[in-house]
Amino acid sequence: MTSQARHDDETGTPLVLRLGGKAGIYLLLILWAVICLFPIYWTITTSFKTAPNVMKGALIPWLDYQPAWLGWRSLGLSPETIGASSTVRDEFMKRFMNSTVVSITSSALAVMLGSLAAYGLSRFSYRFGFMKNADISFFFLSQLILPPVVLALPFLVLYKELALLDTQIGLILLYTLMVLPIVIWIMRDQFSSIPTELEEAALVDGLSIWGAFFRVILPIALPGMVASFILSLVLTWNEYFFAALLTSTHANTLPVMVASQTGSQGISWWSMAALSFAAILPLIVIGVVLERYLIKGMTAGAVK
Amino acid sequence: MSQGDLLHVVTEDDISDARRRFGHGIVWASAALLAVVAIAQYMQMSGARDFGFQTWRPTLYAYILWAVCLCWSKVLIHGEHGKRTLFVLPAALFVVSLTVFPLLFGIVIAFSNWNLASPLGRQFNGLDNVRQMWADPFYWNALRNMVWYTLAILVEYVIAFGLALLLNAEIKARKFFRVAFLLPLMLSPVAVSWMVGKSMLEIRFGPIAKLARWLGWENPSFFGSPEVARFTIMVLDAWTFIPFMMIMILAGLQAIPKDLTEAARVDGAGPWKAFWEIVFPLMLPVSVTAILIRIIFKLKLADIVINLTAGGPGGATDTVTSFIFREYRDRSNVGYGTLLAMVYLVIIILFMTILMKLAERFAAPRT
Repeated sequence: MTSQARHDDETGTPLVLRLGGKAGIYLLLILWAVICLFPIYWTITTSFKTAPNVMKGALIPWLDYQPAWLGWRSLGLSPETIGASSTVRDEFMKRFMNSTVVSITSSALAVMLGSLAAYGLSRFSYRFGFMKNADISFFFLSQLILPPVVLALPFLVLYKELALLDTQIGLILLYTLMVLPIVIWIMRDQFSSIPTELEEAALVDGLSIWGAFFRVILPIALPGMVASFILSLVLTWNEYFFAALLTSTHANTLPVMVASQTGSQGISWWSMAALSFAAILPLIVIGVVLERYLIKGMTAGAVK
Repeated sequence: MSQGDLLHVVTEDDISDARRRFGHGIVWASAALLAVVAIAQYMQMSGARDFGFQTWRPTLYAYILWAVCLCWSKVLIHGEHGKRTLFVLPAALFVVSLTVFPLLFGIVIAFSNWNLASPLGRQFNGLDNVRQMWADPFYWNALRNMVWYTLAILVEYVIAFGLALLLNAEIKARKFFRVAFLLPLMLSPVAVSWMVGKSMLEIRFGPIAKLARWLGWENPSFFGSPEVARFTIMVLDAWTFIPFMMIMILAGLQAIPKDLTEAARVDGAGPWKAFWEIVFPLMLPVSVTAILIRIIFKLKLADIVINLTAGGPGGATDTVTSFIFREYRDRSNVGYGTLLAMVYLVIIILFMTILMKLAERFAAPRT
């Protein structure tokens, strides 16, 4: 900060107040960071507790309680059980794989379909019957306000007839549909920031439209695609409503497994915590590592 | 939308008649195949004749074949122009077949009595479901709750704005705080409702219950009374989604030119005045977008309610989605549930249309 600016700051407010303001900002920031991070901390620590520790509400490992592998053993993921075969772990891995396959496939599919559509809509003018470009865009984006519950029961009946209930493909189709408007929203923003001169040059050089799209435009639009992919991944990984309705034994995803953990003798918090943590860990990693893309995705089209 | 293509392409298309005929041919042939398969399946379903179909899959495959032929024929018939259509057509076909068709189907279901558990199958029952809905206090209660939940967005917005202002201040470790503030959005609502809702709010050992006791709340119970339970759900949902609004507002704040705020300061405007007269008006468009998107997500709220309270106590926390979810789970009544969902959709469309019109007028740049 230049001395000029500091001088201007000090005209209205005394120095003490400004220092207090600075401390206040940090205080609030730290307070909210605690609010955000404590539940994650609580989940991790609870997964290493035993029943008495949970009942005491112990907070700090090694100080309040001695960490134990109880929760992770119940998932078959503790050091002693990791080598041996375990039915619980197989079950967990199956759900984990379901979640992974479904969320990655549907996000990739949505990014593919959505990017193509967004590119077409940003470059050419269409007429499908009475619908022009603006109408087509609105048609895609309006899917966003469609609440899942409206589609849920018709899909339940249709999937039953089509033998798609409890299959990964069924979930993938629905999830793709769910995130497609978001992908189109982000990618439209991305493509409209790329000048058309680029394609024109490529077309003059003898590339076809699709050739220009794949060789010239896609590499430039990659950040937008990554952003929409990551955002789709977050939404589909966490989706619970459709998964709970449309899957039962084969295609269950992790959220469904987490939700169905009530035992007959109460809740075993340590295994619940271990399972929850395993379910949220991939996204925490993504959030920390790819935060830039997430923010890019969320702010697409917000600021002109 | 402007007339004409943004991208001008000169193409020479010499498409032979044979190729054009072939293009039309495959569309009509595959459509005919689809019709034949669908009619055959319908006949079997209604018991006219048995073709040995197990499921409706053959019709699905015929439909996919028709869709592929339609895309291919565009290129065959229109050449270069068809290749342009190919950018949008797959996505359009995908969305139409996955929303428009189920929605039409849903309207049929909505006016029938269809219990999936009973062997009777679907029976058309006219307006019975509408009458039942009219007299169903729990549905109206759920709708009323949605109004409360939606109003809570205003508070979320204020908090999100405050956090964005904090993040936009001259601070150290901004990246750390931004990532930390973003994390709740990444967590699965199911895991949140278990680990936060059930574990941290547990009356005996939950840390938040302990904190509440320490603060002087004698007997903290977060789901005991209707008002408190609804408030708890609001807080949990706000906790997950505040980052989303915060990030959008932060992007808006960062887009404000520094000279503007500097100029205000030079002119002697205090921070309070500068905020209300410069920053806030500039932030209106972003704020409206953020709030609208947030409302759209709020209207889908269900996961936390289903897992945490199942609508209780006495329906105080019920959302429309969770109510219909239980309606199906408990009574497997597809018909009535679909009608409720359809009515909800109509309400949402009306509400969002009015809101967007208002927002357009409200956020329009004033001269």
